[in-house]
Amino acid sequence: MTGILSLTTFAPLIGVAVILVLRMLAKGEDARTVSNVKWVALITTLATLALSILVVARFDPHQTGFQFVEDAPWFAGLRYHMGVDGISVLFVLLTAFLLPLCIVASWKSIETRVVEYMIAFLVLESLVIGVFCALDLLVFYLFFEGQLIPMFLIIGIWGGKRRVYAAFKFFLYTLLGSVLMLAAILAMIGIAHTSSIPALMTYKFSNTVQVWLWLAFFASFAVKMPMWPVHTWLPDAHVEAPTAGSVILAGILLKMGGYGFMRFSLPMFPHASVQFTPLIFGLSVIAIVYTSLVAYRQTDMKKLIAYSSVAHMGFVTMGIFSGTLQGEQGALFQMLSHGIISAALFLCVGVVYDRMHTREIAFYGGVVKLMPLYAAVFMLFTMGNVGLPGTSGFVGEILTLTGTYGVATWPAIIGATGMILSAVYALSLYRRIVFGVVTNPALNGITDMDRREILIFAPLIVGALLLGLHPGLVFDLTSASAAHLTDAYHAATGR
Amino acid sequence: MTAPTAQSLSLPEIILSLSAVALLLVGAWQKRGSMGLNLGAMAALVVAAIVAATGPLGRAFDGGLVVDAGSVFAKVIIYLASAAAIPLCDQWLKARGVGRFEYPILIILAALGMGMMASAGDLIALYISIELQSLALYVMAASRTDDGKSAEAGLKYFVLGALSSGILLYGASLIYGFAGSTHFDAIAASMTHGAGPGALFGLVFLICGIGFKVSAAPFHMWTPDVYEGAPTPVVGFFAGAPKLAAMVLLARVLLQAFGGAIDQWRQILVAMALISVAIGAFAGLAQKDLKRLWAYSSIAGIGYALIGLAAGGVEGVQSMLMFMVLYVVDVTGFFACLTALNREGKSMQTLDDFAGLARERPAMAVALTVFALSALGMPPFSGLWAKFYVFKAALGAGLGPVVVAALLGSVVAAFYYLRLIKAMWFDAAPGPTDAPSPAAAGVAYAAAVFAFAGVWLALIFFDPWARVAATALAIR
Repeated sequence: MTGILSLTTFAPLIGVAVILVLRMLAKGEDARTVSNVKWVALITTLATLALSILVVARFDPHQTGFQFVEDAPWFAGLRYHMGVDGISVLFVLLTAFLLPLCIVASWKSIETRVVEYMIAFLVLESLVIGVFCALDLLVFYLFFEGQLIPMFLIIGIWGGKRRVYAAFKFFLYTLLGSVLMLAAILAMIGIAHTSSIPALMTYKFSNTVQVWLWLAFFASFAVKMPMWPVHTWLPDAHVEAPTAGSVILAGILLKMGGYGFMRFSLPMFPHASVQFTPLIFGLSVIAIVYTSLVAYRQTDMKKLIAYSSVAHMGFVTMGIFSGTLQGEQGALFQMLSHGIISAALFLCVGVVYDRMHTREIAFYGGVVKLMPLYAAVFMLFTMGNVGLPGTSGFVGEILTLTGTYGVATWPAIIGATGMILSAVYALSLYRRIVFGVVTNPALNGITDMDRREILIFAPLIVGALLLGLHPGLVFDLTSASAAHLTDAYHAATGR
Repeated sequence: MTAPTAQSLSLPEIILSLSAVALLLVGAWQKRGSMGLNLGAMAALVVAAIVAATGPLGRAFDGGLVVDAGSVFAKVIIYLASAAAIPLCDQWLKARGVGRFEYPILIILAALGMGMMASAGDLIALYISIELQSLALYVMAASRTDDGKSAEAGLKYFVLGALSSGILLYGASLIYGFAGSTHFDAIAASMTHGAGPGALFGLVFLICGIGFKVSAAPFHMWTPDVYEGAPTPVVGFFAGAPKLAAMVLLARVLLQAFGGAIDQWRQILVAMALISVAIGAFAGLAQKDLKRLWAYSSIAGIGYALIGLAAGGVEGVQSMLMFMVLYVVDVTGFFACLTALNREGKSMQTLDDFAGLARERPAMAVALTVFALSALGMPPFSGLWAKFYVFKAALGAGLGPVVVAALLGSVVAAFYYLRLIKAMWFDAAPGPTDAPSPAAAGVAYAAAVFAFAGVWLALIFFDPWARVAATALAIR
């Protein structure tokens, strides 16, 4: 099975090549070419999904090491090194799962420059999958940083009114974090004389060096996550991005921050991680409480969900740095579940936005009478966002909180209020949009979800309920690697 | 085995000199430029590159001409980059009615001077070679006789260049006075017990003089004006190869003649590098003219290369060489794009001119985007690898804070690169552009493919080669 990771990573680029050929043959963007391009993009993402399912199916959950490893020398001591373990394998699946939905969601709402749009998404998919498979520091950096470019274009070309501002803010914030990480990566290569991630996970950096390296990586991952107070790019980016862009951003790109903490910060700099745990807990708790309150006051639907994402990511960072098995498992689960639920919520916004072209909450009200099906779907994911037992949102939050409670009581207790606050903002959003009487006459012509939209939501509904009712599906795959991570962490720090 | 003769060592130079003379005669006979003349000049440069790559190594003319792996590396790149400049200049200038047959010959002469800079083994050869390439470039900068800005650029370039040559000569005479010789080897031998204040004084002047030539801040003032005024393809030529030549020369002087004084000159280089990066980043923010913008971008670029050189040792020189090679390809490609793009027969220079280019000429917009992102150091483009080498070497030499400062500078610079991308991709076009000329577009696409995809394979080959070259330059 060697080579399957490279194939999964670069399969979307094959689709890009086909699209480019189609575009060149057509000499213009006529309706037929555009339709062909869309189908090529959809088929490519579905093929990538099939490949990633194959990876997960063949994955041996009892092994703690990396699997499907590919390793070839490159230049200057760097290697093309790929592999997945229990922590990364599900992110590959999540990415491949969300991308076809993005393509279908953009089927009608994107009318201009469709060819470039599809290319941008396929390139983005390739880079994101690469991030989770890379086992060489520089290869990781290539994928991690490279995805800024397609995302910048997606926000900037197909975004809303303030798209340019949002795109620049997104790019510059993330770049500032990443360049510090680049410096740390180069320093690590210089000190350890290897760029292999598995080798570095067992390498012992001196305590002072660890602190500097940890801070540099933190700069990058905290922006990506995003953690309070460097989260301000996220609401702007979300509001301006097209629906599918928001889905990718919330569903996958944010997870790269959490993944980075688990892959780099904890195993490579354990001493520094222990030292900075209070900082992380503090920022996480502020993120949970403060951004939940901010979310409540929003008048824009997308902005509200964006702030709720920041709050939910607070649980993830808290769980990761608790260093307990429950915390790690919970953080992983929360990231996957948030990947499904926040993606679905942004798609829910997209459904009404496509019809009315406004995201103002006040514009809507009483939608339940006109769009009963939509109201039901929206209800399910609102409950997921609140963390209702039975949905996937519950499992992750409760586990991160239990994991944290064992090591730090107060952060866990304050963090737990986040579950209540999330009910406050999520339910009030739902009430304001769905319930009540229709006061806005413009709404009268609104139609319920069509077959294409049902098709988009069906897999997400299945995913959210399946993970909520049978979380073991995830834990079976992740437990060995997560246990390995916490064992090594405890051994290194003596806690 | 006998030592190679002076003739065989200087064969590339001989080929270039003779072809320059021969082509001059042909041109005078024809009285105007021709395709044959251009092809002949390109052929001469390519042949010289091949001869340089395969020729013997050694020293000639009493050590004045050093042919080692370092000079061979530089010469091959310089000759090939010069060959690429010929078709660019030809079409652009002809379209503006100022095409003359002397251009390819001036490029050959400049390339000859640059090759000799890379091979210079004593202060006399250093000065002569710098003057040879500079004089050719002064003429080219001023060559649009119908344009006041071009004349201004030429004059500015000449006056400031002459000033820097004067400073350089003064430094050289001081070094000669205190070391007792013009040879790099002898200078190094006279400093076994550390460099005295007099020689160091001379070295500072020498560094300042070369700093002018590579447009490192604070000696960069001429750059934006000259880039703005000089013909676009000419800018593409002198923004690339001459800087590589001057950096190789600087490396040789610093590491071979003044290798013992590394602690002293490292401070100067680091200061120049940081000022360059800062000025390149902040002053670039205010620019609306793309040629001026890229002048500042190249100032910042030289700052990065100087950081590599300041690291010293084989690692440092290798990083500088890798940076300069990748930079030369990028900058050549970028100005090839500017050369290719015109609107109603006029050059497109301001950022607004480039609005909506992605709809109008997608391939050109993609190429420009590649160069902008590469200059910014975004993966997967070649600029990232250039910075990878430089910063790795600098961290190895304990210059951690310098690296962080330079990286932060690149974040500031990111803003203006993004602004170009924004104009091309996000905005609407003001009007149609002319069809790009095939030669310039060809060079641009080739460079873009290299910066994007070719670099992956090229590095496997360049990495060890630059290593050998750096070893020759760094170790006496």
